[in-house]
Amino acid sequence: MIQYPYIPNSNEAVRKEMLDFIGAKSVEEIYSFIPDEVRMKKPLDLPEPCTSEMQLKKYMDGILAKDSTCAENLNFLGAGCYDHYVPAVCDEINGRSEFLTAYSGDTYADHGKLQVFFEFTSMMGELLNLDVVSFPTYDGGQAASTAVMMSHRINGRGTALVPEHMNPSLRSQMECYCEGVKFVTVASRPDGLLDLDDLKSKLNEDTCCVFLQNPTFLGYFEEQCEEIGKLAHGAGAQYIVYADPSSLGIAEPPANYGADISCGEIQPLGIHMSYGGGLGGYLATRQEEQYVMNYPHHLYSIFKNSKGEYGYARALPERTSYYVREKAVEYLGTCVGLWAVTAATYLAVMGPDGMRELGENILFKSNYARKKLAQLPNVKLPYDGRYSFMEFVVDFTGTGKTVAEINKALLAKGIFGGYDLSREMSDLGQSMLVCVTEKTELADIDTLVDALKAIV
Amino acid sequence: MSDTKLRNFHEAQWDEDLIFEQSVPGSRSLLVPDVSKEAGAVTGALSGLMPAGLKRKEKPALPELAQPQVLRHYLRLSQETIGQDINIDIGLGTCTMKYSPKINEQFVRSPKFTEMHPYQDDDTAQGILKIIYDFEQIMKEISGLDAVSFQPGGGGQGIYANAAVLKKYFEDRGEAEQRTQIITTILSHPLDSAAPAMKGFEVISLFPDENGYPSLENLKAVVSEKTAGIFITNPEDTGVFNPIIREFVDVVHQAGGLCVCDMADYNGLFGLVRAKELGADMCHFNLHKAFSSPHACMGPGCGAQCVSAELEKYLPRPRVRFDGKRYYTDYDGPASVGKIRQFHGTLSAVIRAYAWVMSLGKDGLQTVAETAILNNNYMMKRMLNEVKGVSMSWAEKAPHRLEQVRYSFEKLYKDTGVSAEDVNRHLVDFGFQRFFASHHPLIVPEPFTPEPTESYSKADIDEYITALKKISDEAYSTPEVVINAPYKAPISKLECDHIKDYTELAVTWRSYKKQHPDA
Repeated sequence: MIQYPYIPNSNEAVRKEMLDFIGAKSVEEIYSFIPDEVRMKKPLDLPEPCTSEMQLKKYMDGILAKDSTCAENLNFLGAGCYDHYVPAVCDEINGRSEFLTAYSGDTYADHGKLQVFFEFTSMMGELLNLDVVSFPTYDGGQAASTAVMMSHRINGRGTALVPEHMNPSLRSQMECYCEGVKFVTVASRPDGLLDLDDLKSKLNEDTCCVFLQNPTFLGYFEEQCEEIGKLAHGAGAQYIVYADPSSLGIAEPPANYGADISCGEIQPLGIHMSYGGGLGGYLATRQEEQYVMNYPHHLYSIFKNSKGEYGYARALPERTSYYVREKAVEYLGTCVGLWAVTAATYLAVMGPDGMRELGENILFKSNYARKKLAQLPNVKLPYDGRYSFMEFVVDFTGTGKTVAEINKALLAKGIFGGYDLSREMSDLGQSMLVCVTEKTELADIDTLVDALKAIV
Repeated sequence: MSDTKLRNFHEAQWDEDLIFEQSVPGSRSLLVPDVSKEAGAVTGALSGLMPAGLKRKEKPALPELAQPQVLRHYLRLSQETIGQDINIDIGLGTCTMKYSPKINEQFVRSPKFTEMHPYQDDDTAQGILKIIYDFEQIMKEISGLDAVSFQPGGGGQGIYANAAVLKKYFEDRGEAEQRTQIITTILSHPLDSAAPAMKGFEVISLFPDENGYPSLENLKAVVSEKTAGIFITNPEDTGVFNPIIREFVDVVHQAGGLCVCDMADYNGLFGLVRAKELGADMCHFNLHKAFSSPHACMGPGCGAQCVSAELEKYLPRPRVRFDGKRYYTDYDGPASVGKIRQFHGTLSAVIRAYAWVMSLGKDGLQTVAETAILNNNYMMKRMLNEVKGVSMSWAEKAPHRLEQVRYSFEKLYKDTGVSAEDVNRHLVDFGFQRFFASHHPLIVPEPFTPEPTESYSKADIDEYITALKKISDEAYSTPEVVINAPYKAPISKLECDHIKDYTELAVTWRSYKKQHPDA
């Protein structure tokens, strides 16, 4: 028998000692009670293993070497997953064995972990100007889905109004999740803002919520956000805003312009893209009963004991499926605790001035890219009068080339062009969504512009 | 068995203030390049780049510290956390706390993976797409089913995804209005109830009989033309294996329902039992449990969703395909449930699980299961013979267990007044993470569910048993010692069960300060 490095008791002598103690001749004798009819009749058919660590490393590194990454090319892709700078301290902390390999330990053994969770929710609370923030969920899409379901449970209504140009992938996830809620599209105006007349015509006594992304999926600030909230409230609906936290050092948090429920994606807060794997969702509200009791997630509350020590424990757990199974508020399982640890570290590293400078840096550079790309022949930048944050639309219809063709040509020059919008938003023609983050250099933008000049 | 030495342990106790209390205004931990001059020459001033009404008026009250202080703060908090790597993490049963190989961390922390964007051209992502595709083939073999999605971000989302597929299947067949009920067992994971309920199903929970699992008669009594399916774990949460599982599945199938197996607790079954032989139409595995991806403070994980050929078309999109030369992303799928999560799922868990399986092969996987069974049965014999006050439910009718056991401290509690929760708080004083008690409802009184996976040595198990014997002895001789524990944790006993409503909740420091202005 192989002595497996990860399996201490694959040692023959130890196995015999343990079997003797149990009084069994073999392990097979122990599990012989499993009925034959459900037992496998032949061994698993799996690839030959790399039993030594050095073989495994060579094998895995060989596969990963086939990838060509954003670090090895110039990247202008965003559309829900963003190439932000990850401070070294974030990786240092989330790589600590203690955090990486902890699980559901609680108040005592994992006091430190719970303090980090509490600091995560507390710092998010400051960023969002809200008192209640939940333990993070799977991704921003799940947070948005729960936000809609929260509104549905609060007012019992069954229609969610969502903008025409919201992230289609996000909408697909929300429509799959939100059982009993119908999604109705509110049109965008040609200038890029939400069509308030259309919104008014669709708001009615069945509207559970008005959902807005701000900045929008196409990258623009929705300047009517306060008015949209007033219209939602006027119809008795909840107002949900999905906001990119990397914008909140410079932009008002949604609660300040009337949002009842704030939600979004925490991947920008120190978490690597990892081919879209590094996601986590935040959800936050005011501290009111209708919201608090409608969170499906863990809520870690702070307590003080008789010695004056602070500690943390799960509070009001009777909401959750761990306690009341099918009667719970939605369901709750393992989500993304390590990303709470990471995002907390990130916000502590950035501080208020870092978050402001981050926003300003992105704002300057994305607008630089907008101006430069606007000068390309036959290329149109719609929504000229709008303010954009990190992303914006570039319309190549006039060039006679498709975005797919242009991106193939860019790729040959080591550039990942923007997200191709033509597949899901045909009304925008051959448009791409260009993303510029704080990692993008001005020279990178010039390189993109020069490359496009040659292509179109 | 002779007892092993108990260590004189004390967890780090840094008495670390909240990071807000350490803030020194003006301090910086990271600087961001100033591009205002160079870019501003093209864009104009910052004030013209944002709508006036949306500019943030008050800066967020985030803490301000220099980098060494931030790093030190979080390192101290890490030391006040007991991860699997640094303790004998036998207690957290149903969680399969096993060794997460360090080499696999190198793969997922490589820039060849971390710097990949999900919308990159497939030609630039042949490595990660190959891993997704290859691991799907492996999971097809391990489950015996025909297609796998890694999109669900945890076990709960895996069960939810199966419920979504099941619902779509019956919608397509025009039976959705008729088939409104899901059957599960009360000793299956609570998510086997909650996730189908989220999809609008009525949930019927079967209770165990004297054998530790529901009788076939009980099942037959609730199966009808309304049955959409059964969501079931086997072994159940208690470690009891349902030997008539095939009959369960057959009864549901005959009524037109589907069978969904929750394989979260799979560690004792590698190479022995598959979803296919159980007759399942769908199942899910937690890659952050039996497949070694670390638990990471409760995620990110991955609930690998496996389905039969008939159900493949309903799987979430995108899927990864291989044309013999090239791996590619397939977004098409008119029958698909859509998205369960964004992009392809938690691929760090997929990479680690793939590397873990590739390091073991078929023989290694079977050794995992057999060693988990050996460890558990060794510990079970010591536990029941040597730790006073401990018993095992259904011991008479169902004496066998595979990889985990739900024990009870009921006798200890009746004899001494020391509860399972008291024992749990005291474990940290010996250097152990707390144990998992039970899912709700507590069918077994004063429950305790350890799981000594294949990662633990005989000496590890002996140390754990010795600690429990010591705690039990204390309960009988000086119960107040256990009741007032812990003593060697970062904080002392906390009265934290008193919150009765939302007004007393404080999940943010700002909320706490509003309630306690003197804090």
